[in-house]
Amino acid sequence: MAEEMRIVLRNYGKIDPLNIDEYIAAGGYKALEKAKGMNQIDLIEEVKKSNLRGRGGAGFNCGQKWFFAYQTNADQKYVVCNADEGEPGTYKDRLIMQGDPQSVLEGMAVCGYAIGANKGFIYCRGEYPYVVDILNQAIDQAKAKGVLGDFDIEVRMGAGAYVCGEETALIESIEGHRGEPRFKPPFPGVEGLWGKPTIINNVETFANIPVIVDKGGDWYAAIGAPSYPGTKVLTLTGDVNNKTFFEVPTSTTIREVVYGLGGGVAGGKKFKAVQIGGTSGGFIPESLLDTAISFDAMSAIGATLGSGAVFVMDESRDMVDVVAEITRFFEHESCGKCAPCREGTARMNELVGKIKDGKGSAADIALLKKLGGVMSIACLCGLGQAAPAPVLTTLGHFAADYEDKLV
Amino acid sequence: MNNVTIDGIKTSVPEGSTILKAAESIGVKIPTLCNHPDQAVKGNCRVCVCEVEGSRLLSAACVMPVWEGMVVKTRTPKVIEARKTILELILSNHPQDCLNCIRNQNCELQTLAEEYFIRDNPFSQKTRGLAKDYSTPAIFRDPDKCINCGRCIEACSVIQNVHALGKVGRGNKVIVAPMLNGSLADSPCVMCGQCIHACPVGAIGEVEEIDKLLAAIADPDKIVVTQIAPAVRVAIGEEVGMETGTMPMDVFVSGLRQLGFDHVLHTNFTADLTILEEGNELLKRLKEGGTLPMTTSCSPGWINFIETYYPDLLDNVSTCKSPQQMFGALAKTYWADKMNIDPAKIYSVSIMPCTAKKFEASRPEMVDSGFRDVDLVLTTREIGRLFRMSGIDFDKLAGADFDSWMGAYTGAAVIFGASGGVMEAALRTVYEVVTGQTLENVNFEVTRGIEGIKEAEVDLNGTVVKVAIANGLANATKLMDEVRAGTSPYHFIEIMACPGGCIGGGGQPITKTNAKRVERINQIYVEDEACEIRKSHENPEVKTLYEEFLHEPLGHQSHHLLHTHYTAKNKKVL
Repeated sequence: MAEEMRIVLRNYGKIDPLNIDEYIAAGGYKALEKAKGMNQIDLIEEVKKSNLRGRGGAGFNCGQKWFFAYQTNADQKYVVCNADEGEPGTYKDRLIMQGDPQSVLEGMAVCGYAIGANKGFIYCRGEYPYVVDILNQAIDQAKAKGVLGDFDIEVRMGAGAYVCGEETALIESIEGHRGEPRFKPPFPGVEGLWGKPTIINNVETFANIPVIVDKGGDWYAAIGAPSYPGTKVLTLTGDVNNKTFFEVPTSTTIREVVYGLGGGVAGGKKFKAVQIGGTSGGFIPESLLDTAISFDAMSAIGATLGSGAVFVMDESRDMVDVVAEITRFFEHESCGKCAPCREGTARMNELVGKIKDGKGSAADIALLKKLGGVMSIACLCGLGQAAPAPVLTTLGHFAADYEDKLV
Repeated sequence: MNNVTIDGIKTSVPEGSTILKAAESIGVKIPTLCNHPDQAVKGNCRVCVCEVEGSRLLSAACVMPVWEGMVVKTRTPKVIEARKTILELILSNHPQDCLNCIRNQNCELQTLAEEYFIRDNPFSQKTRGLAKDYSTPAIFRDPDKCINCGRCIEACSVIQNVHALGKVGRGNKVIVAPMLNGSLADSPCVMCGQCIHACPVGAIGEVEEIDKLLAAIADPDKIVVTQIAPAVRVAIGEEVGMETGTMPMDVFVSGLRQLGFDHVLHTNFTADLTILEEGNELLKRLKEGGTLPMTTSCSPGWINFIETYYPDLLDNVSTCKSPQQMFGALAKTYWADKMNIDPAKIYSVSIMPCTAKKFEASRPEMVDSGFRDVDLVLTTREIGRLFRMSGIDFDKLAGADFDSWMGAYTGAAVIFGASGGVMEAALRTVYEVVTGQTLENVNFEVTRGIEGIKEAEVDLNGTVVKVAIANGLANATKLMDEVRAGTSPYHFIEIMACPGGCIGGGGQPITKTNAKRVERINQIYVEDEACEIRKSHENPEVKTLYEEFLHEPLGHQSHHLLHTHYTAKNKKVL
């Protein structure tokens, strides 16, 4: 039976998030103090040793990323916290920021010290104005206490564009431009915000940092799946009994999450599919439920861990209906910069809609597969590359739902 | 250096080279669409994608730097399927009216569609149905054809610092539009037309007025007179399959007569005249403590720019009209009188390398002859179309001379077509006027070339005159910011709106690269060298004009016909 393990949610519900004294009393800011007692390279090595990988979805080794920014010489460097939590069904970053904002600030300050940055930004989703208030109060309190030292943090608010969760589009947005991704390389660690070395990590990643510094990289690396250690905060939605959140070690399987913590499919119905990682996540059938909630295990089955959203669908759900909503979402949220995404998301929505309306043919299915295949390898950024995944995985695992509708 | 293998060919390229550059160096052609050789890399059309060993994703060759040991494949089935699919996607959202398009047979998308033999596009044809914008007399926009490459935006914002264009909307609805999604006329657009050169397709073009010319030629009551701007000859040959600069002037003149022009005259004549008026204006300002530095006024894109962005500095602009407008005012007065022609019958057409000239001719103040001074402005490209339609074989056509009284010109007028030319022409004359000595070497090399800002000092009998030359409005901005701040060290500044000067004007044959601009500049100086007379004040017909009509530079008649002043545009700018 799966059990929760709270690292990033260690203080959630236990302390008053708007009282920094309670955070400090619970051991807060000791890690920052400890970090500042280490030299930068040793600190980065410790983070590397933990094998912490980014919790925003890309799963890049956090310490390695920090090292790139550290070793790039520049008169100014930045730390950016990606709090543009726009992935439907995902609210883990909100939980962390609402329940324990200081842990995020502390994680950012540790990063700032490690790479030599004295300025941080939190880019917060536009739909979270109340979180912005909490963050600003937390920053004021931390400044008043002097715990951040010379590290300054500012909150910037998004304006509702999903693509701004993509790190380089986020940078463009902070700079005051249209939220469009940049091509990489150069990566932000070398050339990011205003052309300066910039570390962008997800809220959940930063919230892990104080604990890693405090308890050591080895301790962290031993938790969960070895290649993607630690915990993951999951948010359960859809046709599941317990529509709530859990933080579990990354060795936990999908089956344990859905049937154990999640309490199984609601209303006594049969399970059909689960989509993990947000709107662009792959659809997973019953036969693959014993896969662990870790980055590599998910990749191996053609799915993604992504943001950790877990969307459960029962037998009554028609996959084409569900996917049609998703393709509509991506047509709306494509920024329009690169041709295959700008045109491709619209065509994908058109073709899925055609099939849904009973007007599609086998040729349309073939075209969807070709289009999806091209988009996933040719689009400029992760949005366009990931957008076809729901279509391609449902065409693979639930082909009957499509075929039943063909003319 | 990095060792890379592209399509099995091993090579070594400098670190930081893109796959595209590396492939070019060994003769492997990778298709591009958003890429522009003189602009920042965009990486947004994805037509240049290639396979890189070890990478799941395809890499856009235009932006991806090579690394040591990189193995690239540019022609695999996977690559070809991706490129074809991307082209099909772009084409399915692009009007299929190539036959009617201003860029038919000169379109990068059309070329790619041919190279990748796009036949039955599996995606349904769905264009956006956006309205064309004909709000300006010079440039139209057809946003339905826009492929969102962003090249026009860079030309407008980075090269020209005008900021008239930007992206509006998101996803499939994104369009490139004038500021605040309004019309071009309401934007700060200066009508320089550099966006036209940048556009790979037919989304922006010149407002075509060829039919007006054909109607005038067909009208027995109209006497159609034309003037040719200095920069046109070096480029017109490109429109009819000749090498840059190889169209002989007399054959060009003969070709225009074949089209039906009654009289062929030359803007070069009024270019020489401009030197006398503007040179004397400069000397007057220097002597009497007038507003300095004085800037040139020949480039209508520049005039639109200063009226929009530096209206407080309009007193710095020379009061001289542009050579086109001086010509227009004289053709229906002095020349009509000389030729004993009723000026009401004259239909005055100018052939210009420029789109902004169409606007300039329509300015309400340009009616000093008692008529609209210039009735019609056609670009080099429009004349090219007429030449192609007429089927003239320029290799076999015998040459012809210009008509009298406003057809003679000097080498000093020829070089007006290149950035720095007005300055050099002015220096050739001013030097002799001030010092009373003959200038033995007329070549002021320092004023020449495509470099954005050039400066020079000239000693005029002990008075050192400092001059500067800018081409491209972003460069003009640098000089004008100094003027506004009161720190400009110059007495005289030449500004041409377009990079390289008029040879790179918005009405010239579609000019993708600066290398082509340099080629035209070089041909301009070849033409200058070949002129017997190379100083404006020695132009015999200009001398006659002063003797019989104007009497003196800056005199009463000049003031009336050849000078003007400009006013603030009061446009919304960013």
